[in-house]
Amino acid sequence: MATLTSSPAVAAAAVRPRRRRLKDSPALLWVTTPLLLLAFFGVWKLYTVLFDVSPLLLPPPEQVARALWDLLGQDYLYTALYFTLYETIVGFGLAAVVGIALGIILGRARVLERILSPFLVATQVVPKVAIVPLFLLWFGFGATSKIFMAAIIAFFVMMQNTILGIRSIDPGHRDLMRVIQAPWWKRVISLDVPSSMPYVLTGVELGIVFAITGAVVGEYLGGNDGLGALAVVMLSSLRTDLLFATVIVMTLLGFALYAIVAGIRRFAIPWHESSGRTTSL
Amino acid sequence: MSAPADRIASELTELPVDRSVTMTEPNRRTGTPSGAGIDLEGVGKTYVTDAGNVLALKPTDLKIKPGEFVVLLGPSGCGKTTLLRMLAGLITPTEGVITINGRPLFNERTEQPSRDALGDLGFVFQQATLMPWRSVWRNIALPLETRGVKKAERRERAEQLAAQVGLSDFLDHRPRALSGGMQQRVAIARALAHEPSILLMDEPFGALDAMTRDNMNEMLQKLWMETGKTVVLVTHSISEAVFLADRIVLLSPRPGRVQDIVDVDIARPRTLDTAKQDRFNELVVRLRGQLGEVSA
Ligand SMILES: Nc1ncnc2c1ncn2[C@@H]1O[C@H](COP(=O)(O)OP(=O)(O)OP(=O)(O)O)[C@@H](O)[C@H]1O
Ligand SMILES: [Mg+2]
Repeated sequence: MATLTSSPAVAAAAVRPRRRRLKDSPALLWVTTPLLLLAFFGVWKLYTVLFDVSPLLLPPPEQVARALWDLLGQDYLYTALYFTLYETIVGFGLAAVVGIALGIILGRARVLERILSPFLVATQVVPKVAIVPLFLLWFGFGATSKIFMAAIIAFFVMMQNTILGIRSIDPGHRDLMRVIQAPWWKRVISLDVPSSMPYVLTGVELGIVFAITGAVVGEYLGGNDGLGALAVVMLSSLRTDLLFATVIVMTLLGFALYAIVAGIRRFAIPWHESSGRTTSL
Repeated sequence: MSAPADRIASELTELPVDRSVTMTEPNRRTGTPSGAGIDLEGVGKTYVTDAGNVLALKPTDLKIKPGEFVVLLGPSGCGKTTLLRMLAGLITPTEGVITINGRPLFNERTEQPSRDALGDLGFVFQQATLMPWRSVWRNIALPLETRGVKKAERRERAEQLAAQVGLSDFLDHRPRALSGGMQQRVAIARALAHEPSILLMDEPFGALDAMTRDNMNEMLQKLWMETGKTVVLVTHSISEAVFLADRIVLLSPRPGRVQDIVDVDIARPRTLDTAKQDRFNELVVRLRGQLGEVSA
């Protein structure tokens, strides 16, 4: 009896350290992600077979894979990809500069923030999709209208996070800078920037994802270039498999941009708790 | 020996135990006072908050001589931090005038502190307020950066100061890797970095264990005797006050006001043995009585 009751405890003691190591290690994702993807494709395939779904509505995974392979061999994909990437990055850059600068100013000047906040919130509550026709009217069907679309969607999160970052500066640190008689530029370089950096980078992480959404939505609704326009073409020629493949390419692009920004975070603020973990969107 | 134990041991042994200097110097002071004189005339502070006004400090008169070591002693909430922050120009008094070396600290019209009057000031906050993104040595050297000191020189000075507070092994660590007491010692080193003529300390040793605290007290006394800084130090500890002070300013509980000023007429350098002297204990007992009286 005694041996029986003690054996589970021994087993648990032997197993626990290894399990804990796996739980904390980055290798965990390398194991779980393929497994989850496999399960996802399995369910997908099963569904199309069991319910005999028309490939026009939902093509089976292997057909999408073939379409993706075809698509990757086409020059027009890379032209579209380049276009979307260009719009996203320029729009994001614009939003980052304006959003962070405005965030710093509004973070400092509370009165100004209160005065402007209704207008800033208004830019966010207006359904963005509804502004696209207006942008097309103003900036034409080329890249400019999409750049502005990407920028206007991305700018708000970056501004908000910057404001939060400036507000979160430890008042003790502010006192310290006053006591050592630091001039304003020294305070900006040595306190404001590093202290608000974690917040700003969170905004930037979200901003890049929002920017790509903005660019693609813009392309959907007008113009002939970019991944969004490509998706529209696939849809109107009833190539659902290629539409899926296009969406997958968009997803991969988003992932790549996010990974770059998240990598910057780890590099830029190694001292912060958040480094080593990525923000969940 | 395990690594942490090693660390603690090195921490304790590396604290300034250079008592030879204090032993061989019978004279009271080696340095001529380089510190500044501070004058308070009717200085009081009322905080205005949404929940109403808080009278933190009643009008206070106090003359601090250049190179004097003044200790502010009083129960929690009696306005010690408030007083110290006004001396540092961080908050504006609601009444009265503060002058440093004859110059008014606050511009009467703008109510802003004047740079000239402040001069070089070192402040040890009640919390360590280290910058988590800077290594220990760069935290210590921060005040030197605004004074255009070259990097190699900053590093050298930081090493010197870290040795003084017993943290030579932690120069390149980040503050997060340090205990609370160690962080506070970094903050003390930082306040000394630019050799300020006035040193304001808000319960600098509150987070330290008794042994480290004794060591730090001796270090501070030695430093003060060598440099002749004007020091204003806040503490809750009566024995620490008697050990360090030329004069003890006893504050009464809320609303704070000066209840008594006690001259500490014990020869320097004071050592751990000083605490056994009758005069030392007399003063401790007297102050304890006065503190008990006011809080009763
Ligand atoms: N920023 C503030 N706003 C309003 N009231 C304040 C503020 N700072 C301090 N007070 C009040 O002023 C009084 C004195 O505070 P102070 O911090 O100077 O006390 P203290 O003597 O340093 O206490 P302790 O020993 O606990 O640090 C307290 O009653 C406190 O409530
Ligand atoms: Mg205090």
